[in-house]
Amino acid sequence: MNFLDQIWLIPLFPLFGALLMLLAGKLLDPQPVSDVAVAADVGTGDRPHHAHQHSPLKFLVSLLCPGMVLISFIFSLGAVWQLSQTAQRVHQVVQFTWLAGLPFHMANGQLATFQADWGFLLDPLSSVMILVVTGVGFLIHVYSIGYMAHDGGYYRFFGYLNLFVFFMLMLVLANNYILLFVGWEGVGLCSYLLIGFYFHKKSAADAGKKAFIMNRVGDAGFILGMLLMMSVLGTVRFTDVNALLRGGQFAPEVAGFGVLSAMGLLMFFGATGKSAQIPLYVWLPDAMEGPTPVSALIHAATMVTAGVYMVARSSALYQLTPNTSMVVAVVGTCTALLAASIALVQNDIKRVLAYSTVSQLGYMFLALGVGAYWVAIFHLFTHAFFKALLFLCSGSVIHAMGGEQDMRRMGALKDKIPITHWTMWVGSVAIAGIPFLAGFFSKDEILWQAYSSPLGSKLLWFVGLATAGLTAFYMWRLMNMTFYGKSHVAPEVQKHVHESPASMTVPLTLLAIGSVLAGWLGTPKLWNLPESFRAFERWLAPAFASRAVEAAQESAHDASLEWLLMGLSVAVAIIGIGVARYFYHTKPSIPDSLERSFKPLYTLLYNKWYVDEIYDFLFVNGLGKGGGRVCGAFDRNVVDGGVNGAGWLTRFTSRVSIWWDTWIIDGAVRFGSFCVKMLSYPVCILETGRVQAYAFFVVVGALAFLGYYIAR
Amino acid sequence: MHPITTFHYLVLSAALLLIGTVGVLTRRNVVIILMSIELILNAVNINLIAFSHALHNVNGQIFAIFVITDAVAEAAVGLGILIALFRNKETVQADEMDILKW
Repeated sequence: MNFLDQIWLIPLFPLFGALLMLLAGKLLDPQPVSDVAVAADVGTGDRPHHAHQHSPLKFLVSLLCPGMVLISFIFSLGAVWQLSQTAQRVHQVVQFTWLAGLPFHMANGQLATFQADWGFLLDPLSSVMILVVTGVGFLIHVYSIGYMAHDGGYYRFFGYLNLFVFFMLMLVLANNYILLFVGWEGVGLCSYLLIGFYFHKKSAADAGKKAFIMNRVGDAGFILGMLLMMSVLGTVRFTDVNALLRGGQFAPEVAGFGVLSAMGLLMFFGATGKSAQIPLYVWLPDAMEGPTPVSALIHAATMVTAGVYMVARSSALYQLTPNTSMVVAVVGTCTALLAASIALVQNDIKRVLAYSTVSQLGYMFLALGVGAYWVAIFHLFTHAFFKALLFLCSGSVIHAMGGEQDMRRMGALKDKIPITHWTMWVGSVAIAGIPFLAGFFSKDEILWQAYSSPLGSKLLWFVGLATAGLTAFYMWRLMNMTFYGKSHVAPEVQKHVHESPASMTVPLTLLAIGSVLAGWLGTPKLWNLPESFRAFERWLAPAFASRAVEAAQESAHDASLEWLLMGLSVAVAIIGIGVARYFYHTKPSIPDSLERSFKPLYTLLYNKWYVDEIYDFLFVNGLGKGGGRVCGAFDRNVVDGGVNGAGWLTRFTSRVSIWWDTWIIDGAVRFGSFCVKMLSYPVCILETGRVQAYAFFVVVGALAFLGYYIAR
Repeated sequence: MHPITTFHYLVLSAALLLIGTVGVLTRRNVVIILMSIELILNAVNINLIAFSHALHNVNGQIFAIFVITDAVAEAAVGLGILIALFRNKETVQADEMDILKW
């Protein structure tokens, strides 16, 4: 079977599942809204409660929806395998012209015809993405069967989840920016729907809206970037854009720096929205209101990496503009440090992981910014495993604790839920950067590139290193507070603590294995292992073909320095773990005394640097309400003024008309009648009303006639 | 003794006409006015009879009978109006009946 030509089918399987669920799902499941959500108005988070409800139809849903993703995964595997057999490693399937555009004049006056295809592009970059999306996506689907078993809206959940996979696959398989944008918006929609899955809960509904609106802000930048790209390059197809940009006629000396920089910055602004970077990162921690599998799939493994994918996809653009790349690197580094610092003091288990995700995404942007595109994708790949794993484990903990998310009320869960503990341990080791696990390879490569790449610097490396230490610390703080030490679990919860069902633990185990092994695809060059242990870089090389950057990197290779840096990052990780263990296990009094002695700093971190409040002040109250007031004043004074002025004018003209009517028209009429009256007065005198007077006139008249005849 | 000629009749007739006209114009009592109108009509009748006799034509006499008939009818109608008027105004003075002016 030729999977390569059938890649257009890959997104359609989950779409089929989603349509079936969303159109007919209500027939399968009579309970569309979770009563948990209603109960959660007073209680805490997403709590799978214990009104067991198994129906054969529900079983059908749990078979169909993950099955659809599995089929997509199989097709993806087949397609990627066949792609690796081709020489070009680029396969494009254009099904039809989707937007047939009109000819228009580009910025340079040339005539171009705009066209966007319904086309799919499978190259090394998108093949990594579809494997992550369908592979990790499938495991999370399976996990959801167990996790959501007791929740209402089962079909709705799986329908949204399948719809998300469809849009995500459209995003990564699209062969042009416009079609990518369709997926981009679609995943945003699914994110909104799933964050607000417990829509009875106000905080969940608000978090959904927040995510949607912040993404919209970023999307505005992305759209502007695309429009600029159309007007400058005349095409939005990835292959054409890259060929044009690498062709030389758009070199900064020729095309000018400004327009390409603007394009890059605008598109990066879109990425900051989707991938939760400064300044638009604040939605991601709130997105934890959604069910935990959603946090794992959308807000850790796949959707939030869309920005990384998009920037990597536009690598040719960023390679041409080092200043833009610098912005990307600095923003990524700052985000990594800021988010890690907040994660240090959070007490909600999912919130720690959420800030950790923001921080790790910052690492990816650091890698993108220093021109190490394959490393960014590599970290995306390993991060998908261990962060999905960590989220699913936290979900399993929450499941076991009956909905409790506050780590201060956990502890000593190690033996109660052993599988969850061990898998989460693996995930934490992996993210902390302990050697031979996935996170070590990718993070170490990022730090090395940040140091050695021509675009990198010692400062970027140092901040990245500090963040690595913080990462190790907050992960082990989480582990210690949750699994070790003294139990702070409430007695009535204690009785119900139980290990999760197999549908949840099996994905955890598989992801833990992935977290151990995924890194071995990208071992450091330094180790001189066989080529297959560096498969990731070689596989992605064609996607980011740019000899200049690579050559520069080769020359900067300094073995002893690299060993030193690697040792430093491992040491930092171990110190982080050790300090966390000492603080939260050996001497639990230390954190409290530290908290007291550094009260202002603690408060600042605990309140997330007050960024939400600042945004609230600046945008919601400042721009929103202040703008509303200005608009109100404008409305009252200018718009209403116009209306009132028109009213006044009408009244004025009507007064003039009344005056004219009364005095001129009526005057003329009355003057006429007055004249007639005046003329009538002499006649009136004759009209006495007395019969005899009339008789007298008759006689006089007769005599007059008589006199006249006689006189004649 | 002079024979009575047409001229005498005419003088009588003219006198009666004059008396009637002056009566109509000057007297205030409506009954007197109606009587004065009778005088005027009878002046006409004398005129007609006189000429009928002088001209040996009977047409004048016939016409006089018509006038008498007319006068009767007129007196009846006039007195009827007068009585109706008296009921409303309690007067028979012609100068007090002046409501038909403009």
